[in-house]
Amino acid sequence: MSVLLDNLDDFLSRFGVTLGLFVLSGVASMILGTLLAAMRVSPVPAMRTVGTGYVTLLRNTPLTLVLFFFALGFTKLFFYLPFFLLAVVGLSLYTAAFVCETVRGGISTVPAGQSEAARALGLGFTQTLSLIVLPQAIRSVVPPLTSVQIALLKNTTVAAGFSVVEAGGFYRVVNEQGGSTLVALLWVALGFVILVVPLTAVQRRLEKRWSVAR
Amino acid sequence: MSDATPMVRMAGVNKHFGALHVLRDIDLEVARGEVVVVLGPSGSGKSTLCRAINRLEPVDEGSIEIDGRPLPAEGRDLAALRSDVGMVFQQFNLFSHLTIMDNVTLAPIRVRGVSRSDAESEARVLLDRVGIGEQSGKYPAQLSGGQQQRVAIARALAMAPKVMLFDEPTSALDPEMVGEVVEVMADLARDDMTMVVVTHEMGFARRTAHRVVFMDDGEIVEDTTPESFFSRPATDRARDFLSKILTH
Repeated sequence: MSVLLDNLDDFLSRFGVTLGLFVLSGVASMILGTLLAAMRVSPVPAMRTVGTGYVTLLRNTPLTLVLFFFALGFTKLFFYLPFFLLAVVGLSLYTAAFVCETVRGGISTVPAGQSEAARALGLGFTQTLSLIVLPQAIRSVVPPLTSVQIALLKNTTVAAGFSVVEAGGFYRVVNEQGGSTLVALLWVALGFVILVVPLTAVQRRLEKRWSVAR
Repeated sequence: MSDATPMVRMAGVNKHFGALHVLRDIDLEVARGEVVVVLGPSGSGKSTLCRAINRLEPVDEGSIEIDGRPLPAEGRDLAALRSDVGMVFQQFNLFSHLTIMDNVTLAPIRVRGVSRSDAESEARVLLDRVGIGEQSGKYPAQLSGGQQQRVAIARALAMAPKVMLFDEPTSALDPEMVGEVVEVMADLARDDMTMVVVTHEMGFARRTAHRVVFMDDGEIVEDTTPESFFSRPATDRARDFLSKILTH
């Protein structure tokens, strides 16, 4: 217990950073991933190619490499950004590839008749997608999307390797003080469990609310 | 356009699905206010013909005009033209994540730019007309098939279409619900709506249609009045078709 209490301020501020990384990257990856999914089902071949290329590149690259690029390469190639923001960008781009594939899976569960009815009423491609197809697609993939976001939450610890002071690096502080690394890691694990529980609760609520419409 | 311009005009229309020739040299005109029923055995191309009229099925050759305007290629112009052509599907295809009210008001608001309050008061009139007025807050899955199909008709009517296409509107319904949908369709016909109806409902064809078009193997084989089609079919194919369905 003393491992936690002696370092409570540090522990909490690190989880604050973890939460910040997660919320910003979560929102950004959902938006970008949904746009990418829309591109992958677009009637314009160039859009489909860009979407497919993006997913192939980002989904097949280890997250560590993606973050390496942003931590080391980005500032050299373009302009200065704090490590925290670089980590958000890297995590968002990486996670968006998984969100895209999950949402695309959802799109394929929406019956063709739904978009035919929309087009027959005079809705264009973008309206059909945004008003009819995507809302139903996302409803059908709430559990796997939650899994993608939980994976993102845990992936934030990779950012610890790149000077972002977040929860995954807590054990090092304790270690330097001569405390037990194992105990420190257990506290961090518990912290993550506490963060994931509300996500699961949100998933259950959404599933329940949207089950009526099916 | 003058009243003499046909509402729907198809000339020399051909379509293939791979090796299958599903529409063969289709020539068809539907006058303003006319109710044309398309009959034929399954696989005869009648659904494809219906879906070709608003280009849900693109055709390989031939011309299709709605109210004197040729069907544009995919894009904004086609969407605008489709908004004037109501369509009712076999599987209803109500938007399952939207309430009945939102199903009916979506296109008027999003496509026509009607205000929500105007769209909703118009929707209430239409839903009352098809007998669903009380259920406007429910979701499609909470209604019976017959009720869903009546909502689908109201949804199409909300766009004030020039012509209504019905693609086997009663084929997915339990038998006891066919009557309520056919009644709504007959009511529309009495109000001089131009209608193209693909159906197996012989009662509707006899009582309500002005013309019967009989298709077989992708061709229009007969195009005549219901009276003459049912009592004096001119071809063996039509006689064969009628003997199969009327013996039941």
